[in-house]
Amino acid sequence: MMTPHGTMAAPAQLDPMTPRPFRIRQRRKELADTFTLALAPDDGGGFAFQPGQFNMLYAFGVGEIPVSISSAPDEPGEILHTIRAVGKVSAALGALKPGDMVGVRGPFGTSWPVEAAYGSDLVILAGGIGLAPLRPAIRQVIAQREKFGNVVILYGARTPEDILFRKELQSWRGHFDLNVEVTVDRVTGAWGGRVGVVTGLIRQGGFDRLHSIALLCGPEVMMRYGVRALHDCGVASERIYVSMERNMKCAVGFCGHCQFGASFVCKDGPVFPFDRIEKLFAIPEL
Amino acid sequence: MTEQDDLRAQIKEHPLLHDLSDAHIAELATCAVAERFQPGEFLIRDRTPADKFFLIRHGTLSIELETPPKGRLVLQTVHEGDGLGWSWLVPPHRWAFDARAMTLVRTVTFDANALLARFEANHELGYQLLRRLLGMMAHRLTAARLQMLDLYGPPPAAKV
Repeated sequence: MMTPHGTMAAPAQLDPMTPRPFRIRQRRKELADTFTLALAPDDGGGFAFQPGQFNMLYAFGVGEIPVSISSAPDEPGEILHTIRAVGKVSAALGALKPGDMVGVRGPFGTSWPVEAAYGSDLVILAGGIGLAPLRPAIRQVIAQREKFGNVVILYGARTPEDILFRKELQSWRGHFDLNVEVTVDRVTGAWGGRVGVVTGLIRQGGFDRLHSIALLCGPEVMMRYGVRALHDCGVASERIYVSMERNMKCAVGFCGHCQFGASFVCKDGPVFPFDRIEKLFAIPEL
Repeated sequence: MTEQDDLRAQIKEHPLLHDLSDAHIAELATCAVAERFQPGEFLIRDRTPADKFFLIRHGTLSIELETPPKGRLVLQTVHEGDGLGWSWLVPPHRWAFDARAMTLVRTVTFDANALLARFEANHELGYQLLRRLLGMMAHRLTAARLQMLDLYGPPPAAKV
Protein backbone atom coordinates (compact mmCIF):
# COMPACT_ATOMS: atom_id res chain seq x y z
CA MET A 1 0.00 0.00 0.00
CA MET A 2 1.34 3.46 -0.89
CA THR A 3 1.22 6.02 1.86
CA PRO A 4 0.59 9.72 1.27
CA HIS A 5 4.35 10.12 1.60
CA GLY A 6 4.82 7.98 -1.47
CA THR A 7 6.65 5.22 0.32
CA MET A 8 5.60 1.66 0.84
CA ALA A 9 3.71 1.18 4.06
CA ALA A 10 5.28 -1.19 6.49
CA PRO A 11 3.51 -4.52 6.72
CA ALA A 12 0.93 -4.62 9.47
CA GLN A 13 2.68 -5.27 12.73
CA LEU A 14 1.98 -8.75 13.97
CA ASP A 15 2.69 -7.75 17.53
CA PRO A 16 1.29 -4.36 18.48
CA MET A 17 3.33 -4.52 21.66
CA THR A 18 6.66 -4.44 19.84
CA PRO A 19 8.05 -0.94 19.30
CA ARG A 20 9.30 -0.02 15.85
CA PRO A 21 12.52 2.00 15.66
CA PHE A 22 12.08 5.61 14.55
CA ARG A 23 14.84 8.16 14.26
CA ILE A 24 14.47 11.76 15.39
CA ARG A 25 14.99 13.99 12.39
CA GLN A 26 14.26 17.26 14.13
CA ARG A 27 13.46 18.60 17.56
CA ARG A 28 11.64 21.91 17.66
CA LYS A 29 10.95 23.92 20.81
CA GLU A 30 7.34 25.12 20.79
CA LEU A 31 6.89 26.59 24.27
CA ALA A 32 8.86 26.71 27.50
CA ASP A 33 7.75 23.18 28.39
CA THR A 34 6.59 21.88 25.01
CA PHE A 35 8.49 20.52 22.04
CA THR A 36 7.81 18.73 18.78
CA LEU A 37 9.70 15.67 17.62
CA ALA A 38 9.82 14.92 13.89
CA LEU A 39 10.26 11.18 13.48
CA ALA A 40 10.88 8.89 10.53
CA PRO A 41 10.83 5.09 10.48
CA ASP A 42 14.35 3.74 10.62
CA ASP A 43 13.37 0.53 8.81
CA GLY A 44 12.63 2.40 5.58
CA GLY A 45 8.93 1.62 5.69
CA GLY A 46 6.07 4.07 5.60
CA PHE A 47 3.60 5.05 8.24
CA ALA A 48 -0.11 5.55 7.57
CA PHE A 49 -2.45 7.11 10.11
CA GLN A 50 -5.60 9.18 10.50
CA PRO A 51 -5.96 12.62 12.17
CA GLY A 52 -6.61 12.20 15.87
CA GLN A 53 -4.79 8.90 16.31
CA PHE A 54 -1.89 8.47 18.70
CA ASN A 55 1.35 6.54 19.02
CA MET A 56 3.06 5.06 22.03
CA LEU A 57 6.51 6.64 22.17
CA TYR A 58 9.18 4.70 24.02
CA ALA A 59 12.16 6.53 25.50
CA PHE A 60 14.53 3.59 25.75
CA GLY A 61 15.27 2.58 29.28
CA VAL A 62 12.85 5.12 30.75
CA GLY A 63 9.32 4.29 29.67
CA GLU A 64 6.53 4.71 27.19
CA ILE A 65 3.79 7.34 26.85
CA PRO A 66 0.87 7.95 24.51
CA VAL A 67 1.30 10.98 22.26
CA SER A 68 -1.10 12.23 19.61
CA ILE A 69 0.22 12.65 16.10
CA SER A 70 0.32 16.35 15.29
CA SER A 71 1.18 16.13 11.59
CA ALA A 72 -1.42 15.58 8.89
CA PRO A 73 -1.43 12.33 6.90
CA ASP A 74 -0.82 14.24 3.69
CA GLU A 75 1.86 16.49 5.17
CA PRO A 76 5.18 15.79 3.54
CA GLY A 77 8.12 14.81 5.65
CA GLU A 78 8.27 13.28 9.07
CA ILE A 79 5.66 12.23 11.57
CA LEU A 80 5.26 14.97 14.18
CA HIS A 81 4.54 14.53 17.88
CA THR A 82 4.06 17.57 20.09
CA ILE A 83 4.85 16.81 23.72
CA ARG A 84 4.63 18.71 26.96
CA ALA A 85 7.36 17.75 29.41
CA VAL A 86 5.45 16.97 32.59
CA GLY A 87 7.03 13.73 33.81
CA LYS A 88 10.09 11.54 33.54
CA VAL A 89 9.26 9.92 30.19
CA SER A 90 8.21 13.12 28.45
CA ALA A 91 11.28 14.86 29.91
CA ALA A 92 13.48 12.03 28.62
CA LEU A 93 11.94 12.39 25.16
CA GLY A 94 12.60 16.09 25.38
CA ALA A 95 16.26 15.50 26.12
CA LEU A 96 16.76 13.50 22.90
CA LYS A 97 18.50 15.06 19.91
CA PRO A 98 18.24 14.68 16.15
CA GLY A 99 19.70 11.31 15.22
CA ASP A 100 18.60 9.63 18.44
CA MET A 101 16.17 6.73 18.30
CA VAL A 102 12.79 6.19 19.91
CA GLY A 103 10.49 3.20 19.85
CA VAL A 104 7.08 3.71 18.28
CA ARG A 105 3.98 1.56 18.58
CA GLY A 106 0.96 2.62 16.62
CA PRO A 107 -1.00 4.27 15.26
CA PHE A 108 -3.78 3.52 17.70
CA GLY A 109 -7.29 4.68 18.35
CA THR A 110 -10.13 6.39 16.57
CA SER A 111 -9.82 9.48 14.40
CA TRP A 112 -11.57 12.80 13.87
CA PRO A 113 -14.57 12.40 11.53
CA VAL A 114 -13.23 14.69 8.84
CA GLU A 115 -14.87 12.91 5.90
CA ALA A 116 -18.11 12.45 7.81
CA ALA A 117 -18.21 16.23 8.21
CA TYR A 118 -18.24 16.91 4.47
CA GLY A 119 -21.10 19.30 3.76
CA SER A 120 -21.35 20.47 7.38
CA ASP A 121 -20.13 23.57 9.15
CA LEU A 122 -17.22 22.82 11.47
CA VAL A 123 -16.58 24.15 14.95
CA ILE A 124 -13.10 23.27 16.19
CA LEU A 125 -12.47 24.08 19.85
CA ALA A 126 -8.99 23.56 21.25
CA GLY A 127 -7.37 24.47 24.54
CA GLY A 128 -3.69 24.49 25.43
CA ILE A 129 -1.77 21.56 23.99
CA GLY A 130 -5.13 20.18 22.78
CA LEU A 131 -4.44 22.01 19.55
CA ALA A 132 -1.80 19.40 18.67
CA PRO A 133 -4.18 16.44 18.11
CA LEU A 134 -6.53 18.75 16.16
CA ARG A 135 -3.80 20.16 13.92
CA PRO A 136 -3.90 17.21 11.45
CA ALA A 137 -7.68 17.55 11.16
CA ILE A 138 -7.44 21.32 10.63
CA ARG A 139 -4.81 20.84 7.92
CA GLN A 140 -6.99 18.25 6.21
CA VAL A 141 -9.96 20.62 6.34
CA ILE A 142 -7.93 23.47 4.88
CA ALA A 143 -6.60 21.19 2.13
CA GLN A 144 -10.15 20.41 1.03
CA ARG A 145 -11.83 23.59 2.21
CA GLU A 146 -14.51 23.52 -0.49
CA LYS A 147 -16.05 20.38 1.03
CA PHE A 148 -17.17 22.15 4.20
CA GLY A 149 -19.48 25.00 5.09
CA ASN A 150 -18.35 27.62 7.58
CA VAL A 151 -15.25 26.65 9.53
CA VAL A 152 -14.78 28.17 12.98
CA ILE A 153 -11.54 27.52 14.88
CA LEU A 154 -11.51 28.63 18.51
CA TYR A 155 -8.32 28.32 20.55
CA GLY A 156 -7.61 29.16 24.17
CA ALA A 157 -4.32 29.25 26.04
CA ARG A 158 -3.21 30.22 29.52
CA THR A 159 -1.17 33.25 28.45
CA PRO A 160 0.05 34.70 25.13
CA GLU A 161 3.38 32.94 25.77
CA ASP A 162 1.55 29.60 25.91
CA ILE A 163 -0.03 29.84 22.47
CA LEU A 164 0.91 26.70 20.57
CA PHE A 165 1.68 26.82 16.82
CA ARG A 166 1.43 30.62 16.92
CA LYS A 167 2.73 31.16 13.39
CA GLU A 168 0.38 28.57 11.99
CA LEU A 169 -2.58 30.09 13.84
CA GLN A 170 -1.66 33.45 12.33
CA SER A 171 -1.49 31.82 8.91
CA TRP A 172 -4.92 30.23 9.42
CA ARG A 173 -6.29 33.63 10.47
CA GLY A 174 -5.09 34.93 7.14
CA HIS A 175 -7.47 32.65 5.26
CA PHE A 176 -10.55 34.52 4.09
CA ASP A 177 -12.68 31.40 4.48
CA LEU A 178 -11.72 30.52 8.06
CA ASN A 179 -12.99 32.15 11.23
CA VAL A 180 -10.13 31.82 13.71
CA GLU A 181 -10.33 33.28 17.22
CA VAL A 182 -7.65 33.04 19.88
CA THR A 183 -8.11 33.97 23.52
CA VAL A 184 -5.97 33.77 26.64
CA ASP A 185 -6.88 33.51 30.31
CA ARG A 186 -4.21 35.86 31.57
CA VAL A 187 -2.13 38.58 30.04
CA THR A 188 1.47 38.84 31.12
CA GLY A 189 2.79 41.36 28.63
CA ALA A 190 1.88 43.11 25.43
CA TRP A 191 -1.18 41.46 23.96
CA GLY A 192 -3.73 43.07 21.73
CA GLY A 193 -6.01 40.06 21.48
CA ARG A 194 -8.86 38.57 23.42
CA VAL A 195 -8.79 37.81 27.14
CA GLY A 196 -11.38 35.39 28.46
CA VAL A 197 -12.38 31.75 28.42
CA VAL A 198 -12.38 29.98 25.08
CA THR A 199 -15.78 28.40 25.63
CA GLY A 200 -17.31 31.89 25.72
CA LEU A 201 -16.44 32.29 22.04
CA ILE A 202 -18.95 29.63 21.05
CA ARG A 203 -21.80 32.03 21.79
CA GLN A 204 -20.64 34.23 18.93
CA GLY A 205 -21.89 31.59 16.52
CA GLY A 206 -20.86 31.73 12.89
CA PHE A 207 -22.11 28.20 12.31
CA ASP A 208 -25.42 26.50 11.60
CA ARG A 209 -26.50 24.76 14.80
CA LEU A 210 -28.36 22.02 12.93
CA HIS A 211 -25.68 21.34 10.34
CA SER A 212 -22.46 21.62 12.30
CA ILE A 213 -19.94 19.10 13.50
CA ALA A 214 -17.89 20.13 16.54
CA LEU A 215 -14.43 18.76 17.36
CA LEU A 216 -13.13 19.42 20.88
CA CYS A 217 -9.75 18.73 22.40
CA GLY A 218 -8.23 20.15 25.53
CA PRO A 219 -8.53 19.85 29.29
CA GLU A 220 -11.60 17.88 30.27
CA VAL A 221 -13.12 20.76 32.22
CA MET A 222 -12.76 22.96 29.13
CA MET A 223 -14.48 20.33 27.01
CA ARG A 224 -17.24 20.00 29.61
CA TYR A 225 -18.06 23.70 29.36
CA GLY A 226 -17.47 23.67 25.62
CA VAL A 227 -20.08 20.97 25.19
CA ARG A 228 -22.50 22.91 27.40
CA ALA A 229 -22.01 26.02 25.29
CA LEU A 230 -22.58 24.02 22.11
CA HIS A 231 -25.73 22.50 23.60
CA ASP A 232 -26.90 26.01 24.54
CA CYS A 233 -26.42 27.00 20.90
CA GLY A 234 -28.51 24.01 19.81
CA VAL A 235 -25.78 21.65 18.60
CA ALA A 236 -26.83 18.06 19.38
CA SER A 237 -24.59 15.62 21.25
CA GLU A 238 -24.31 13.30 18.26
CA ARG A 239 -22.70 16.11 16.29
CA ILE A 240 -20.03 16.75 18.93
CA TYR A 241 -16.75 14.79 19.09
CA VAL A 242 -14.31 14.96 21.99
CA SER A 243 -10.80 13.59 22.36
CA MET A 244 -10.41 12.00 25.78
CA GLU A 245 -7.21 11.62 27.73
CA ARG A 246 -6.62 8.76 30.13
CA ASN A 247 -3.67 6.81 31.44
CA MET A 248 -3.07 4.65 28.39
CA LYS A 249 -0.47 1.89 28.76
CA CYS A 250 -0.94 -1.05 26.41
CA ALA A 251 -2.89 0.94 23.76
CA VAL A 252 -4.74 -2.17 22.60
CA GLY A 253 -7.44 -2.57 25.25
CA PHE A 254 -5.77 -5.31 27.30
CA CYS A 255 -4.46 -3.68 30.42
CA GLY A 256 -7.50 -1.66 31.45
CA HIS A 257 -5.55 1.38 32.65
CA CYS A 258 -7.57 3.68 30.42
CA GLN A 259 -10.95 2.15 31.08
CA PHE A 260 -13.74 4.72 30.82
CA GLY A 261 -17.02 3.06 31.73
CA ALA A 262 -17.44 0.16 29.32
CA SER A 263 -14.94 1.67 26.88
CA PHE A 264 -11.19 1.75 26.65
CA VAL A 265 -9.92 5.16 25.61
CA CYS A 266 -6.96 3.62 23.76
CA LYS A 267 -9.09 1.35 21.60
CA ASP A 268 -12.58 2.89 21.49
CA GLY A 269 -11.18 6.44 21.62
CA PRO A 270 -9.46 8.77 22.03
CA VAL A 271 -12.00 10.47 19.75
CA PHE A 272 -15.54 9.72 20.90
CA PRO A 273 -18.88 10.93 19.60
CA PHE A 274 -20.13 12.78 22.65
CA ASP A 275 -23.52 11.05 22.74
CA ARG A 276 -21.68 7.78 23.37
CA ILE A 277 -19.99 9.01 26.55
CA GLU A 278 -22.37 11.74 27.64
CA LYS A 279 -23.57 9.90 30.76
CA LEU A 280 -20.02 8.93 31.75
CA PHE A 281 -18.83 12.49 31.30
CA ALA A 282 -20.96 13.58 34.24
CA ILE A 283 -19.38 11.08 36.66
CA PRO A 284 -16.41 12.72 38.40
CA GLU A 285 -14.97 9.39 39.61
CA LEU A 286 -14.35 8.32 36.01
CA MET B 1 -33.31 60.31 10.00
CA THR B 2 -33.26 62.08 13.38
CA GLU B 3 -30.74 61.39 16.08
CA GLN B 4 -33.41 59.54 18.05
CA ASP B 5 -34.26 57.40 15.00
CA ASP B 6 -30.59 56.58 14.66
CA LEU B 7 -30.28 55.60 18.32
CA ARG B 8 -33.40 53.45 18.14
CA ALA B 9 -31.95 51.64 15.13
CA GLN B 10 -28.63 51.10 16.91
CA ILE B 11 -30.32 49.71 20.01
CA LYS B 12 -32.52 47.43 17.91
CA GLU B 13 -29.48 46.09 16.05
CA HIS B 14 -27.64 45.20 19.25
CA PRO B 15 -27.80 41.51 20.24
CA LEU B 16 -28.43 42.31 23.89
CA LEU B 17 -31.58 44.36 23.35
CA HIS B 18 -32.71 43.54 19.82
CA ASP B 19 -35.85 41.72 20.96
CA LEU B 20 -37.25 44.53 23.11
CA SER B 21 -40.51 46.04 21.96
CA ASP B 22 -40.38 49.15 19.78
CA ALA B 23 -41.98 51.15 22.58
CA HIS B 24 -39.34 50.09 25.07
CA ILE B 25 -36.54 50.79 22.60
CA ALA B 26 -37.95 54.25 21.95
CA GLU B 27 -38.06 54.93 25.68
CA LEU B 28 -34.49 53.73 26.17
CA ALA B 29 -33.28 55.85 23.27
CA THR B 30 -34.31 59.00 25.11
CA CYS B 31 -31.66 58.13 27.76
CA ALA B 32 -28.89 57.38 25.28
CA VAL B 33 -26.19 58.99 23.19
CA ALA B 34 -23.89 57.54 20.57
CA GLU B 35 -20.23 57.77 21.56
CA ARG B 36 -16.85 56.99 20.08
CA PHE B 37 -13.64 56.22 21.98
CA GLN B 38 -10.11 56.21 20.61
CA PRO B 39 -7.64 53.41 21.39
CA GLY B 40 -6.25 53.91 24.90
CA GLU B 41 -9.16 56.06 26.04
CA PHE B 42 -10.92 55.05 29.27
CA LEU B 43 -14.66 54.44 29.26
CA ILE B 44 -14.70 53.63 32.97
CA ARG B 45 -12.33 54.44 35.82
CA ASP B 46 -12.16 52.38 38.99
CA ARG B 47 -13.92 53.90 42.07
CA THR B 48 -15.58 56.72 40.13
CA PRO B 49 -19.40 57.05 40.14
CA ALA B 50 -21.02 54.34 38.04
CA ASP B 51 -23.49 56.41 36.06
CA LYS B 52 -23.41 54.82 32.61
CA PHE B 53 -24.31 51.67 30.80
CA PHE B 54 -22.73 50.86 27.45
CA LEU B 55 -23.80 48.79 24.49
CA ILE B 56 -20.65 47.99 22.51
CA ARG B 57 -21.42 48.44 18.81
CA HIS B 58 -17.91 48.18 17.46
CA GLY B 59 -14.42 47.45 18.69
CA THR B 60 -12.68 45.80 21.61
CA LEU B 61 -12.02 47.08 25.09
CA SER B 62 -10.21 45.65 28.06
CA ILE B 63 -11.46 45.40 31.61
CA GLU B 64 -8.49 46.12 33.80
CA LEU B 65 -7.44 46.39 37.41
CA GLU B 66 -4.45 48.14 38.91
CA THR B 67 -2.68 45.52 41.02
CA PRO B 68 0.32 47.09 42.76
CA PRO B 69 3.15 46.22 42.57
CA LYS B 70 2.44 44.00 39.55
CA GLY B 71 0.89 46.78 37.53
CA ARG B 72 -2.19 46.62 35.36
CA LEU B 73 -3.95 43.31 34.95
CA VAL B 74 -6.33 42.67 32.06
CA LEU B 75 -9.19 40.58 33.42
CA GLN B 76 -11.05 40.11 30.18
CA THR B 77 -11.85 41.77 26.90
CA VAL B 78 -15.28 42.95 25.81
CA HIS B 79 -16.35 43.06 22.20
CA GLU B 80 -18.91 44.14 19.67
CA GLY B 81 -22.29 42.82 20.70
CA ASP B 82 -21.53 42.90 24.44
CA GLY B 83 -22.88 45.17 27.13
CA LEU B 84 -20.66 46.85 29.70
CA GLY B 85 -21.29 47.88 33.26
CA TRP B 86 -23.81 47.03 35.93
CA SER B 87 -22.32 48.78 38.98
CA TRP B 88 -24.89 51.55 38.46
CA LEU B 89 -27.58 49.08 39.53
CA VAL B 90 -26.23 48.32 43.00
CA PRO B 91 -24.87 50.42 45.87
CA PRO B 92 -22.42 52.04 46.27
CA HIS B 93 -22.86 52.83 42.53
CA ARG B 94 -19.14 53.04 41.89
CA TRP B 95 -17.13 51.24 39.25
CA ALA B 96 -14.99 48.35 40.47
CA PHE B 97 -12.62 48.26 37.50
CA ASP B 98 -11.22 50.25 34.60
CA ALA B 99 -12.43 49.78 31.04
CA ARG B 100 -10.18 51.00 28.26
CA ALA B 101 -10.60 50.99 24.49
CA MET B 102 -8.09 48.70 22.77
CA THR B 103 -9.30 49.71 19.32
CA LEU B 104 -11.66 52.35 18.09
CA VAL B 105 -14.83 51.67 20.10
CA ARG B 106 -18.34 52.83 19.24
CA THR B 107 -21.03 52.59 21.86
CA VAL B 108 -24.57 53.47 22.64
CA THR B 109 -24.12 55.00 26.09
CA PHE B 110 -27.02 55.27 28.52
CA ASP B 111 -27.37 57.74 31.36
CA ALA B 112 -27.80 55.27 34.22
CA ASN B 113 -29.64 57.71 36.47
CA ALA B 114 -32.14 58.41 33.70
CA LEU B 115 -32.53 54.67 33.17
CA LEU B 116 -33.21 54.07 36.86
CA ALA B 117 -35.82 56.83 36.84
CA ARG B 118 -37.47 55.20 33.83
CA PHE B 119 -37.48 51.83 35.56
CA GLU B 120 -39.23 53.36 38.57
CA ALA B 121 -41.90 54.79 36.32
CA ASN B 122 -42.17 51.78 34.02
CA HIS B 123 -41.56 48.53 35.85
CA GLU B 124 -42.12 46.45 32.73
CA LEU B 125 -39.27 48.26 30.98
CA GLY B 126 -37.09 47.76 34.06
CA TYR B 127 -37.94 44.06 34.20
CA GLN B 128 -37.20 43.53 30.52
CA LEU B 129 -33.86 45.30 30.68
CA LEU B 130 -32.75 43.74 33.97
CA ARG B 131 -33.64 40.28 32.66
CA ARG B 132 -31.21 40.77 29.79
CA LEU B 133 -28.55 42.32 31.99
CA LEU B 134 -28.86 39.39 34.39
CA GLY B 135 -28.17 37.01 31.48
CA MET B 136 -25.07 39.00 30.60
CA MET B 137 -23.93 38.98 34.24
CA ALA B 138 -24.48 35.22 34.51
CA HIS B 139 -22.29 34.59 31.46
CA ARG B 140 -19.57 36.85 32.85
CA LEU B 141 -19.73 35.12 36.24
CA THR B 142 -19.42 31.67 34.67
CA ALA B 143 -16.55 32.88 32.52
CA ALA B 144 -14.80 34.43 35.52
CA ARG B 145 -15.14 31.18 37.49
CA LEU B 146 -13.67 29.18 34.61
CA GLN B 147 -10.89 31.70 34.23
CA MET B 148 -9.95 31.16 37.87
CA LEU B 149 -9.24 27.49 37.16
CA ASP B 150 -5.91 26.60 35.67
CA LEU B 151 -7.72 25.11 32.70
CA TYR B 152 -4.68 24.34 30.62
CA GLY B 153 -2.47 22.69 33.20
CA PRO B 154 -1.84 18.97 32.65
CA PRO B 155 -4.17 16.58 34.50
CA PRO B 156 -2.49 14.34 37.12
CA ALA B 157 -2.84 11.31 34.83
CA ALA B 158 -0.75 13.02 32.19
CA LYS B 159 2.37 13.39 34.35
CA VAL B 160 4.37 10.75 32.51
